[in-house]
Amino acid sequence: MALTMGSMSGSTVQLPLRTKLQRVERRRKLRAFALVLPLLLFILITFVLPLSRMMRSAIHDDTLSLLMPRTTAALRDWDGKELPEERVYDALAKDLKRAWMEKTVGKVSLRVNYELPGAASQVKSSARKLSGLSGGPYKAALIGISPLWGERDVWGVLKRGGSSYTGFYLLRSIDFEYNANSRIVASPGEKAIFRDVFLRTLMISITVTAATLLLGFPVAYLLAKLPPSTSNLLMIVVLLPFWVSVLLLTTAWVVLLQDNGVINGILMSLHILSEPAKLLYSRFGTVLAMTHIQLPFTLLPIYSVMKSISPSHVRAARSLGAGPFYAFWKVYFPQTLPGIAAGCLLTFILCLGYYITPALVGGPGDQMISNFVAAYTNQQLNWGMASALGAILLTATLLLYIVFNKLVGADRIKIG
Amino acid sequence: MAASSYASPAEKGWYYLHRFICGVVLLFLIAPILIVIPLSFNSIPFFTYPMPGLSLRWYQEIFTNDVWTSGLRNSLFIGFSASLVATVLGTLAALGLSRPNFPWRPVVMSVLMAPLIVPVIITAVAAYFFYADLGLLNTFTGLILAHATMATPVVVVTVVATLAGYDHSLTRAAAGLGAAPITAFFKVTLPLILPGMISGALFAFFTSFGETVVTLFVAGPEQTTLPKVMFSGMREQISPSIIAAATVLVVFAVVALITVELLRRRSERLRGIR
Repeated sequence: MALTMGSMSGSTVQLPLRTKLQRVERRRKLRAFALVLPLLLFILITFVLPLSRMMRSAIHDDTLSLLMPRTTAALRDWDGKELPEERVYDALAKDLKRAWMEKTVGKVSLRVNYELPGAASQVKSSARKLSGLSGGPYKAALIGISPLWGERDVWGVLKRGGSSYTGFYLLRSIDFEYNANSRIVASPGEKAIFRDVFLRTLMISITVTAATLLLGFPVAYLLAKLPPSTSNLLMIVVLLPFWVSVLLLTTAWVVLLQDNGVINGILMSLHILSEPAKLLYSRFGTVLAMTHIQLPFTLLPIYSVMKSISPSHVRAARSLGAGPFYAFWKVYFPQTLPGIAAGCLLTFILCLGYYITPALVGGPGDQMISNFVAAYTNQQLNWGMASALGAILLTATLLLYIVFNKLVGADRIKIG
Repeated sequence: MAASSYASPAEKGWYYLHRFICGVVLLFLIAPILIVIPLSFNSIPFFTYPMPGLSLRWYQEIFTNDVWTSGLRNSLFIGFSASLVATVLGTLAALGLSRPNFPWRPVVMSVLMAPLIVPVIITAVAAYFFYADLGLLNTFTGLILAHATMATPVVVVTVVATLAGYDHSLTRAAAGLGAAPITAFFKVTLPLILPGMISGALFAFFTSFGETVVTLFVAGPEQTTLPKVMFSGMREQISPSIIAAATVLVVFAVVALITVELLRRRSERLRGIR
C-alpha cells in the first residue's frame, strides 16, 4: 500500500495497472451511458415529467388562494362554529368584485362547485349583483342575495382553499369528503360511486386474467409440444390479434355483438334465440372482447417458458412410475409457474388501464376507472378529479410493475 | 406428437379433448377478424350474413371522402416522424444498453419500458395537461412527441434483441485493424443490426399508426388521424366504411408482420447463425 502511494505521488504517469483498468472501465461505462442518455432525457421530459405534473395536480389546487386572496386570508382564524364576522364578508365582497371585473369568477365558482354541487350559479349571480353595490355592510346584503353565504359549508370550502394543497380530490376518489367543520366524513350515497368503480375495474381485470389463463394455457402447451413447422403456422393465428391494434379488435367486436350483428344473426337463424340478445353495451361483451385482446399477452410468456422445459423431466417421472396426469401436475406444471406469473401479471396490469373497449363495447355500468379519468378531463373539465383518479390508477400500476420487474425483469418484455 | 399407441383410453380421450379445446381457442382468436373483414364488401350497410351483394362502395368512400383521406395523410405523416425520432433515440440507447459494462441496467431499462406499461389513458391525460401548459396542444409537434414517447420502448426491445446475437469481437477486430469507432460502427455494426433497426422502426410506425387514446386528447381537428376518425365514428353509428378502413389497417399490419419475419430471417442469415 505504502509502495503504491509512493509511486502515485512520485509520478502520475506510471499508474498501477489496477487503477488504469478501473479508469478504462469507468470511461467505458460513461460512454455506454452517454449513448442511452438522449433517450433517457427524452423519456424523462416527455413522459416522467407529465406524469409527475398530473400526480401533483391531484393534490395541488391554488385557484381559491390566488383568486380569493383576501377572503382566504380573513378566514384563517375562523373556527368554523358560527358564521364568519362582518370583516370576512367585506373581504369576500372585494374579492368577488375583483373576480367579476377580471372575469375570473367562472373559475372560482367552478372550484366551489366541485365541493358544493349547485353552488356555481349562486357564486356567479352574487358576484354580478355585488358589482352593482357600492358599499357595505355586506353580511346582511350577501345573505340576502344568496342563502349560500348564510351557511357554513361554503366558508369551510373557502377556508380550506387558503392552502394551495388539498386532499379533497383524493378523498372524493375513495368516497370521502370534508364536512363544514373540515372533518373527513364518508360521502353521501349519491356521490359515493368511486369505490364501486375501483371494485368493478378490479373484478373485470381478475375475470379477464383468469379467462385468458384458462384459454391460453392449453394452447401454449400445444404450441410448445408441436414440431416447429406446425407451431410456427399456428403462431401466426396467435400473433395476428397481438399486432392488430386494440381499436381494430374492438371494432370487430362491436360489429359482431350488435343487436343485428353476426352473433345474434347466427343464434336466431339456429332458433336458439327468438329475439336478439343484448350483447353490445353489456358486461359480458366487454369481458369477452377484453379476453380476446389480452389472450396473446398471457399466452406468449407461458409458451416461451414451456419451450425451455426439457421433455426428459416428464419422461423421467413416467419411468419412475408416475401416471401421466400425476407427472404433468407434479413435474411439468410447477416449472410453468414463472410463465404463468409473468403472463397473468402483464395481462392484469394492462386490464386495469383499459379504456377503448369498455367505452365502445361496455354499457354505462361497465365503465372502468380509465373512462372516468377521460370523462373528468374532457366533459366535466375537473382536472383535479381526473388527476386524483389517475394518480391512484398509476400508483397501483407502478406497484405491480415493480413486482413484475422483481419477478420477470423489464428486459424480458418481448415484442412478437 | 400423436397419441401414442400404448396410451390408455383415458389418455387418448384427454389427448383429443385437448386438441379440440385448442382448436376452439385458436378459432376464437382469429374468427372475429376473419368474420368482420368480408362485411366491408357488403353492398348494403348491414352487418349480417348472408350478404345480398358485393360492392367496393365503402372502399371508394374512404379513399375519396376528405375526412378519411386527410386522416390517412395525417396518420402517415405523424407515423413517419414519430418512428424516425423513436428509431434514432431507441437505437442509440439499445447500443449503450447492450454493452457488457452498462451501469444500473435493470433500473434504466424499467424506466425506458414504462410507456408500455402505464395505462394509455394516464399517458394521454398527463400529456394533455403538460402540453396545455406548454402550448403544444393541437399541434403536430406535440402529437409527434407523444407518439414517439409511446414508440421508443418497442424500438429499444427490438434492437436490444438483435444486438443480443451480435458478436462484439467484430467491432474489436475492426478497431484492431485501425478503424475509428465511428467508421467501425457504420461499416461493421450498422449493416449487421440494420434488419433489427428496420423491424424496430416498423413496429414504432405501427404503434403510432394505431394509437388512438393519446391522439384523442392531444390532437386538434387539424391533426385528426385515421384511428381518431374511426373512434369518433363508432361513438355515433358504426358504418361499413369504418370496417373498410379497419380492413385496410389489418392488411397493413399483416404486411408489416411478414416484412419483420423476413428481416429477422435475413439478419440471422447475415450473422451466420442457424
